[in-house]
Amino acid sequence: MNNRTDSLSTMEKVRKGIAKRRSAERRFRFYGLTGIVLGLVFVLILFISIIGKGYSAFQQTQIALDIEFLESVIDPDQTRDNKVISRADYNSLIRKSLSKAFPEVKGRRQIRDLNRMISTGAMFQLRDRVLEDPSVIGQSERIWLLASDDYDMLMKGHIDGTVPESERRLKDHQVAWVDQLLEQGRIKKRFNTFFFTSGDSRAPEMAGIRGALMGSMYTLFVTLVLSFPIGAATAVYLEEFAPTNKWTDLIEVNINNLAAVPSIVFGLLGLAMFINFFGLPRSAPLVGGLVLTLMTLPTIIIAGRAALKSVPPSIREAALGMGASKLQTVFHHVLPLALPGMLTGTIIGMAQALGETAPLLMIGMVAFIVDIPKGIFDSATVLPVQIYLWADSPERAFVERTSAAIMVLLAFLISMNAIAVFLRKRFERRW
Amino acid sequence: MQTPYLLFTLLIISILAYFIGKMRSATVVEGALRELHSLPAYYGYYTALWGLIPGLFIILTWLSFEPAWLSYQTVAALPEEIQSLPSSKLNLQLNKIKNFAAGMQVAIQVDPIIAEAAERYNQLRKISRTTLTLVVLICSLAGIWLAHKKISKDYRARNVVEKIMTGLMILASTIAIFTTVGIVASVVFESLLFFRQVPFFDFLFGLEWSPQTALRADQIGSSGAFGAVPLFAGTLLISSIALIVAVPIGLMSAIYLSEFAGSKLRATAKPTLEILAGIPTVVYGFFAALTVAPFIRETGESWGWVVSSESALAAGLVMGIMIIPFVSSLSDDVINAVPQSLRDAAYALGATQAETIKQVILPAALPGIVGSILLAASRAIGETMIVVMAAGLAANLTANPLEAVTTVTVQIVTLLVGDQEFDSPKTLAAFALGLMLFVVTLALNVIALHIVRKYREQYE
Repeated sequence: MNNRTDSLSTMEKVRKGIAKRRSAERRFRFYGLTGIVLGLVFVLILFISIIGKGYSAFQQTQIALDIEFLESVIDPDQTRDNKVISRADYNSLIRKSLSKAFPEVKGRRQIRDLNRMISTGAMFQLRDRVLEDPSVIGQSERIWLLASDDYDMLMKGHIDGTVPESERRLKDHQVAWVDQLLEQGRIKKRFNTFFFTSGDSRAPEMAGIRGALMGSMYTLFVTLVLSFPIGAATAVYLEEFAPTNKWTDLIEVNINNLAAVPSIVFGLLGLAMFINFFGLPRSAPLVGGLVLTLMTLPTIIIAGRAALKSVPPSIREAALGMGASKLQTVFHHVLPLALPGMLTGTIIGMAQALGETAPLLMIGMVAFIVDIPKGIFDSATVLPVQIYLWADSPERAFVERTSAAIMVLLAFLISMNAIAVFLRKRFERRW
Repeated sequence: MQTPYLLFTLLIISILAYFIGKMRSATVVEGALRELHSLPAYYGYYTALWGLIPGLFIILTWLSFEPAWLSYQTVAALPEEIQSLPSSKLNLQLNKIKNFAAGMQVAIQVDPIIAEAAERYNQLRKISRTTLTLVVLICSLAGIWLAHKKISKDYRARNVVEKIMTGLMILASTIAIFTTVGIVASVVFESLLFFRQVPFFDFLFGLEWSPQTALRADQIGSSGAFGAVPLFAGTLLISSIALIVAVPIGLMSAIYLSEFAGSKLRATAKPTLEILAGIPTVVYGFFAALTVAPFIRETGESWGWVVSSESALAAGLVMGIMIIPFVSSLSDDVINAVPQSLRDAAYALGATQAETIKQVILPAALPGIVGSILLAASRAIGETMIVVMAAGLAANLTANPLEAVTTVTVQIVTLLVGDQEFDSPKTLAAFALGLMLFVVTLALNVIALHIVRKYREQYE
């Protein structure tokens, strides 16, 4: 009897505790779910904040002005020489046209404000128009010119016209001009082609990512050309040929450790070795590519080895059995089967390289470069560094451009990763 | 000829050499290909390699010694009084000459001596490049001719080609070692120069960091103090905040995904979380500086706290978000590696799922989880862009997360970006900091990998 009451009381205990244990279970599950939800919310906030800030950069405010292409200003001697034409004072044409459009504006201060409505880059728009078709000289034409960044911000609602005058960058009369232009339908937002066709600029409305994109392309080209053959060769050697000895161990340990070295240390290596010791040019995509090659090699090697490992030994045995040499076996049979896996690893490595910033700061790819680079020896910057530079700029208009550049960068990264996933899905084989 | 064109020519010659060798092998045996030792293509490869490799080798060696030779020759031709200048001033002159030679406008009035030297420099360079082109082409052609002569019925072309290929592969695999050696050599060498000027223990235990060295003796605020403790403390503070954010979130989501979640949730949530690992750090930096930091400051101010606009909290928080996937995917792996038999045993004893996880699986997976946290910590310490964009520049010894602190990586970037002389303690300090960073992250990684490997062996 005694025994029975004992067991009963144990059962009681268990039964009593069950509610508590169940709620502990629920709480634990809830914590787990919270973890995931928080993680996903962070992804969402990040994307929303960047897209929300950046989508407006794909449009740009332009103002239509009736420009008189006065021959006396552009080409007084009627030479029609391109050199003379490109040196002409187009700003005076813009000023004239503005004062005609706003005849009521008087006073030096006001006129200066008025002239600042049009971007300093607008003169290049006029110059290009004349160079393209010199017959326009002497005629009058309505042309859409870039508005300067403050007016752009006003049009996009980043500057609020309703707050007190002292708290915004544009004064009341300037806002009134915009209203006047709006009424006449001469100011509107159009697709921002400048963003994709021009290099960096101090004036936000003229700054574009073309230079940085080209720089990124050259840098990635160098990286790809060097890292894929070297990475593939290393992977093949270590996986298929290397004897197991101290030397091979040393190589493997090195590769694993390099994968975890902070990227900025690679920048120090690039600065000390490639630039100061070998005397390669600063800021050049060549040096950037070399540094990124050393950084991405571990990724490519590790992925390549995994791909080689997944090829079943029967393939090798069959080839060897037919009398192929070891090298023939690998190059004719194993490597083609492992290639999709290796390519996937390479693409992922390239995506890493595309997003890398810190080591490139060290080797001088942060310079302010207006020209679009034309080769791997030219001074250049890359997309992530451009983002860093713009993020540091004080102008409000650079914020949206930075976000837009980030969107372009992310678009590239996402499509590269999508290609990698596609390759893996398409060529994955279960043996 | 310019180097790219030379390389291209060399490549074309080698491709031609392939066909020459292949045809030669066929003519040697008068079309009876069966009598050849190797397949005809191997004779082609053999000839092509003879055309390519000596030329490439010569180009590489030539180009790495050319700058030194050019400088030496240019300096030797300069007048006595310039030659006898101290080496730093001499280098300045040499740079002027090189810039002028490259067609850059150095000054409005150019010293005739420099102009003359620049012309000489250009001439020497031209001579050097012409010689290089000739030497390379002659060597390449001679190699092809030699290979062509060697081809015979019994020549073992395949074996030779395979040997060369293996050699090239071994060469490629040693690059990893050279990289490590290069990293160690470059940071250690510059650090030694630095420690000659600033004592090692002053650097390691000094409490004040202000790397601007004085230009004038009476300048204020340019003491040139190189005590790195504030930097280490700042790095530690930001990394700790990051880990406080990332470890619970990463660990809990790993547990939920591997133990509770259905395959559908797992298939979508896991890759979505891993997006966080693929986003470039400069994007996080922008996010931290322009979204999170102002948010934290406004929230803090509404509660009446003084929050710096470059608070450690903002940088640490965003860094924490960045390393969530490192913690979660590694922990996920180790949790999955715990044998199912342990779970079954716990269930059989009547434990609930949560109890099984808390009392059986987590203790069993603990070493692996610790390893993953250490790896995440080494990521956080070495992370650069987030802190460069969102943390402060001034060294500040504090434990208050609402104040601005600076980190090791921020200081490396600020000291090295822009123009710098290469022998001032200011620049060299960056390399000393780099050495510290390298040693610490390496140690963390080695320990972490060791723990993880040990743990894996336990269950295999």
